[in-house]
Formats: sequence, C-alpha cells, structure tokens
Amino acid sequence: MTLIDENPAAVASAPARTKPVTMAAALGAALRDAMAEDPDVVVFGEDIGTLGGVFRVTDGLAAQFGDGRVWDSPAAESGIVGTAIGMAEYGLRPVVEMQFDAFSYPAFQQITSHLAKMGSRTKGRMRLPVVVRIPCAGGIGGIEHHSDSSEAYWAATPGLTVVMPSNPTDAYSMLREAIACDDPVIFMEPKSRYWMSEQIDLPVHSLPMTRARVARIGTDVTLIAYGSGVKVALDAAEAAAEEELSIEVVDLRSLSPFDDETVCASVRKTGRAAVIHEAAGFGGFGAEVAARVTERAFFSLEAPILRITGFDIPFPAPKLEQYNLPNVERVLAALDTWEW
Amino acid sequence: MTDSDVFVGSAARAPIRLLDESGSPVVGEQAAGFGMPSAELLLKMYRQMVLVRRFDVQVTTLTRQGRLATYAPALGQEACEIAGVEALAPQDWLFPSHRDTVAMLARGIPPQGALAFFRGEWHSDFDPKQYRVAPLTVPLATHLLHAVGLATAAKLKGDPVVSLGFLGDGATSEGDAHEAFNFATTWQSPTVFVIQNNQYAISVPLARQSHLAHFVDRAAGYGMPGYLVDGNDAAAMYAVISSAVERAREGGGPTLIEGVTYRVEAHTNSDDPTRYRTAAEVDAWRARDPLTRLERYLRAAGELDDELAERFALEAEDLAARTRELMNTEPVLDPLELFDHVYAAERPAMAEQRALLERELTDTQAGAQR
Repeated sequence: MTLIDENPAAVASAPARTKPVTMAAALGAALRDAMAEDPDVVVFGEDIGTLGGVFRVTDGLAAQFGDGRVWDSPAAESGIVGTAIGMAEYGLRPVVEMQFDAFSYPAFQQITSHLAKMGSRTKGRMRLPVVVRIPCAGGIGGIEHHSDSSEAYWAATPGLTVVMPSNPTDAYSMLREAIACDDPVIFMEPKSRYWMSEQIDLPVHSLPMTRARVARIGTDVTLIAYGSGVKVALDAAEAAAEEELSIEVVDLRSLSPFDDETVCASVRKTGRAAVIHEAAGFGGFGAEVAARVTERAFFSLEAPILRITGFDIPFPAPKLEQYNLPNVERVLAALDTWEW
Repeated sequence: MTDSDVFVGSAARAPIRLLDESGSPVVGEQAAGFGMPSAELLLKMYRQMVLVRRFDVQVTTLTRQGRLATYAPALGQEACEIAGVEALAPQDWLFPSHRDTVAMLARGIPPQGALAFFRGEWHSDFDPKQYRVAPLTVPLATHLLHAVGLATAAKLKGDPVVSLGFLGDGATSEGDAHEAFNFATTWQSPTVFVIQNNQYAISVPLARQSHLAHFVDRAAGYGMPGYLVDGNDAAAMYAVISSAVERAREGGGPTLIEGVTYRVEAHTNSDDPTRYRTAAEVDAWRARDPLTRLERYLRAAGELDDELAERFALEAEDLAARTRELMNTEPVLDPLELFDHVYAAERPAMAEQRALLERELTDTQAGAQR
C-alpha cells in the first residue's frame, strides 16, 4: 500500500528550508501574500485587526498593511458581508471573516440573496470577488453556536463556490486561489485542524481548489471526506490496513463545484464508498455525494453508499461533542455493516 | 397591540419646506437655512417629474393589461425620486429600492433596462457600472449595506464618490437598515440615506412600524445628522439631499433624510388599498401633489408657460408611446442564457445542464414540427 504524501508540494522543497507551518499560519500567510500582491485585497471582520482574529489567522496583518487594508468592523455579520458586496461592486476584493460558523447566519440573506446572485442577476456585468472565511465545525470544545457545520446551506446555493481545505498546504494554496477568483467563495476552515502543522516552505501550490485529491491510495473502499473528516478517514484507513482492508481516501476540497471525475474514478475502482462529515446526516452534504455517485457509478457499486456523520441533533455541549463527532470506531463499524 | 402615542423624545413637528402647498416660497424657520435651488434646476426637475409621472402611469396601465409581471408605482413620490437623482454627480452611485424605477429612468437607464425586472425578462438588464446604479433590490434594506460598502471602497481608493440609498418606511424596521446606518457612521462612509416615508409598508401604517413620530429621529442615535423634509416639495428635497451629498463628498460622513410623502397608487397591481385606507385620505394627499406645487412656483416665477408645459407634456407622451411599444412587443429570450452568467469560472455542471435544456428545446421544436 502506498501512502500519498499529505503534502505533495513540500516534496519539491529542500528539507533544510522547510519548517513546521500550522494551518492557521498558512492561511495568514496566504492573506499576507495576496495583500502584498494586489492592493485591492482588503480584510475586515470581527477582532481580525488588533487581536489578529480569535484563532490568530490574521495575526500581524493590521500592523503590516494598516487601517485602510485591514480593520476591525462592527460586530454585525450581515453588515460585514453586505458592505463587502458593495466594496466588490467598486472593484475591491474583500476577504471577510465570520469568526464562528453559526455566527454567519445573520449574513445568510446577504450571502444567498445577493452575494450568490449578483453575477447572474446582472448578466455577468457585476461580479463579486468576495471571500467569506468561515471557521467551521466542532472538535475544539466550543460552547453552543461555536461548532456548527453550515456547508450544506452554502453548497445548496447556486452562485457560490464552496471549498474546505483539510491541511496547511491546501489552506495556503486554496485561499490564494479563492482571493484571485472572480466568483464569491465560501472558504470554510475546519477549526480542529487550525493547529495541524506540515513541514512546508511557503508559498506552495497544490491542485486547483475545485478539484478533489486522492489523499491515500487503496483498493477496497473509498472514503470520501472533507475538512476535519479527512483526518478521521486517514486514521481509519491506517487502522483498517492492520486488518488488511485497503482504504482509499478522497479529500473533496471543493463541495461546489463537485469533482465527480475524481470521486467516481475512485469508486469505480474500489466498488464501495462511504462519505464522512460532522454535520447531521439528514439533508447533509453526504446525501448529495451518495446521490451523485449512485447516478454515475451505480454498476460499479458492490454495496450501498454509507453516510458516516454527526447525529441528527443540534450540536452538543463541549463535554458531549465526542459522542456526536464521527471517529475511527464509527467509520470501521459502519464498514462492517456491509456484506463482504 | 395598540397604536399608542409616540415616544416623548420624538415629537411630531413640521418638516423642512421651501415651497408651501400653493407653490409659494417658504421663508424663515421652516426653511431651516436651506436656500431655494436655481430656477434652471427646478425647471429641469419639473420636466423630469412630468416625464416619469407619465411613464409611471403608463407602466401601471400596462401592468393591469398583463404586459408586466408586476410593478411598484411611485405616483406621488416624484419629488423624492427626482431630487435624489439630481443631487448626484455622474460618478456617484444610486442604490434603488423596489419602488424607484422612475429614479433609474431619470439616471439615464432606458425603459427596457429599467423595466426588465418587472416585465420578467431577467432580474436586471442594464450595466450597473455604466449608469452607476445598482440593480433594484427587493429584500428590504439589504442594498443599503452595499451602498455603504461601495462608498467606503471609493473613499479607501481616494475617489470623490458618494452613494445614495433609497428606502421606504417599512424598510427602516429591517436589521440591515440598522446595520447600514451604524456601519456608515462608524466608517464615516460618504453615503446619503433617503427614507421615502410614503405612510404604508404595503398595508401596515406607521404606528405599527415604529414608536417614533419621525424615523429620522434615529439619526442622532447612530451619530449622523438627520433632516425631516416635506417629501412632496421638490425644492426642499433637492436642497437637503444635495447639501448632504456635498458634505459626504467633503469627508463629512453620512446623512439620514426622511421625505414625508404618500404612495397615491396601490403597492402593486395585486394590492387592494381600499382595505386599509380611506378615499378621503388619498384625496387629501392628491391635493398636495408634488408636480402641481412645483408647477405653480415655476409659473409664478415666470419660468414656465403654457408653451413649455405643452412641450414637456408632448415629450412625456412620446416616452409613454415608446414604453407602450416596447412592452407590447414580446421580448426574444434565450433560455440557454440561464446558465451563462451564474459563475465567471467554467463549471462542468453548467455545461451539462445547458446541454440538457438545449436537447429539451430541440425535442420540443421537433415535436411541434411533427
């Protein structure tokens, strides 16, 4: 079994020059480099200036670029996205932060009714190159409203590009690409991965942000995951390998658009697929994955596609979240329900 | 719920006026220090008001005839609409609400572009950047944040650009109106907010919308100047809005303006205003018509005579005829364009679904031929 390097770009770098970079630092570096390259890139949101963001992703940006490029906004998410739309209409490329997933809900109308629709509404005459950064999902012991997974809402909205990196290399490369993109991008950052580090030498360039990546090659099962689910899938694959079950892991990276080609190629090869996410399974993004793969690769399937997800409950309090989040045991138990 | 007395801190008072209801100039306290705009400008505004009134009446009629999906008439609100447009410089941006089609027209957008939305052709069909007009916005007050963002971007780039956002009395209750007012003052954005208080949010009267006598009394709470203006007095609306635009342009930040006016027509063609207001009330407001008032002033000042009035009326008839002709001709729409603008970036799903619809269209045509 071959384990694909989690970080293919790092391979090219001289080992002596690489250093550990966390996902939070990689995101900060992407913002810094994009701002240095393009004076139209501005960054604003709650606590992202002086404090450097509650997760320190924007650490140092305000000091480096000044108040006209990086600033703390009033604590109002609809206002943040709404004003970012107006700025984009004038030619800026705003990158705004929603601080926590559930804090984005006040901005739901601005995102779904305007950000997603303006390009189509104006027949392409007014594009909105806005990046909405959303620290998302659980696993960090957050109190209520700090651990939601809102990706299905955004992915269900035509006009939005929705991406979620799972590692520092992708975080840097995909955020640079999102900022350069003329379409609005919902850029979801799995909080539990912020402190994951890789030995990399920035800047790095990985696959285009809209493509999925085979994170581990296998022959028996395809685990489809994104964000924090990728770590769970890789750990499950490692554990399964001890029982001589060869699991391939596909990191979706982009939820919308969806890379049918990469996902279906893997499923056609393995004949079995399961999708993993933290969000509740009912009406979750996993249903879209299962439907798409069924439509395209039904005759390659040896078993029903499984969804291994959070339960259909509001996200639990910190001391109970471990019982909700998909983990290696739940993944392996699910795979055991198949007839082999 | 009861329609209780208003908050004591928001006492009812007379709005700023430069022309009284008979068209005579107002001097002293009620003018609040604002000077009468030039006769040339008032005549220009009068002509615009005549044109858009005729257009508005024509479109309302065409909507009743089924030529448009719906239309939100601005009849009676022309002083607010035209003053707002005239106060802007070419580089400034207008952010209209759903009742401001006539303002879009006055800003130079041709009737087809201004009406594409209500006709149901496309959600907007003009180049916003060419006219510096955002697509009209249905979700109340959401566009005010865009106005603040755009003006802030211009300020960051050092451009002397002002944005003006229209909103109605109902929209003042939306959270986005509050956020826009707060962001604008906190960032000192060069933005002018013009509330067209036309007394009803569809059917809901002011007393069910707010505990204030005047919405503009909120201005100080956000940290900006506020002006209560007679919204049927084009001279006063222009004087107050243009001074706010210039203050914004010079770095003085945003202003909140409330024009007190009246929606003479129904909310849209599907509304029945007899269910919530009396004919006597409508008649009383018709008597305060903004066109009549300005016409009286211009005639008394010797700026307008029968000949010129006739010329404006003929121009208006010509605009109405062109609008009729345009709306009576079925637009040629390409269903495949539905996929063309959703994303700037190429997306396989768009191409696949476009091909599917193309096949459906071909099959339909083939079926029709058989």
